[in-house]
Amino acid sequence: MIAKVIVTPKPVVNDPQGNTVKQGLASLGFREVSDVRVGKYIEVSLDAPSEHEARQRVEAMCQQLLANHVIEDFHFEIEHEGRHQR
Amino acid sequence: MKFGVLVFPGTWSDRDCGWVVDQVLGEQLTYLWHKDADLKGCDCVILPGGFAYGDYLRTGAIARFAPVMEKVGEFADRGGLVWGICNGFQILCEAGLLPGALIRNASLEFRCQWTNLMVDRNDLPYTSQCAEREVIRVPISHGEGSYFADPATLSRLEQNGQVVFRYCDADGRVTPGANPNGSLHNIAGIVNKRGNVLGMMPHPERCSEPELGGTDGLKLFRSVVESATRALVS
Repeated sequence: MIAKVIVTPKPVVNDPQGNTVKQGLASLGFREVSDVRVGKYIEVSLDAPSEHEARQRVEAMCQQLLANHVIEDFHFEIEHEGRHQR
Repeated sequence: MKFGVLVFPGTWSDRDCGWVVDQVLGEQLTYLWHKDADLKGCDCVILPGGFAYGDYLRTGAIARFAPVMEKVGEFADRGGLVWGICNGFQILCEAGLLPGALIRNASLEFRCQWTNLMVDRNDLPYTSQCAEREVIRVPISHGEGSYFADPATLSRLEQNGQVVFRYCDADGRVTPGANPNGSLHNIAGIVNKRGNVLGMMPHPERCSEPELGGTDGLKLFRSVVESATRALVS
């Protein structure tokens, strides 16, 4: 299975990267952009007997290492290998 | 007294800290490798600046799992002096030995410059040689030194007097203009509640000899030596 983990700065955390990208988009004429947040995308391949178990394991990985709960939020999806082709 | 300077792959200020300990202060020095299983009888452990494990994922995120860090945690729990400088501060936050986190500078720039620091606490083992509310001049060198904590943690830090250093101007005014990185409350350094674990972004080891343009950093090293000596006598 593959866990696709997305880590983003918490809304209360100042995100200077996001602000700078937002300014860049505005200067390119994308005036409709009201906010940009820059985060991380992490793919974790893992063996698990069930999707339920995989979810529990990936949740623990995020809590313990992949995200810092002081400054970041996370969410993820589990995909079964072979279901999607690259 | 004996200082231990911790070295991770990617640490780069270890020799600077070691130099101050054995060449400037004439104290005992040992380097502690990240795989070491004990702290070799050190009285104070320094986590120096650099990019431990390349700062992969987040600053300090991987370093906290180094075998030696378990011993550092136990040492801190026993009241041992643990001093994180720059990347060391980031590692102590990731390890949960200090609250909060260090995030990207508000300017997005790597800042390498002199800063003025207001010493909020001079009753700690690290600051006893500083005068009350003294302004010291210490350089910073970091891209991710903006201190962040949630409002509840921040007010707890303030209530407990855990803020040790704040960025200020030369006259000791803590202003937004004197803040080089966007740190909340201009925080440059904090201690744990017990006062034995210090984390700070500025580099005292880089201003401990006149040749480097200042010696204010030496006051912190001397404070540690003095407090250890006092502990031995009492």
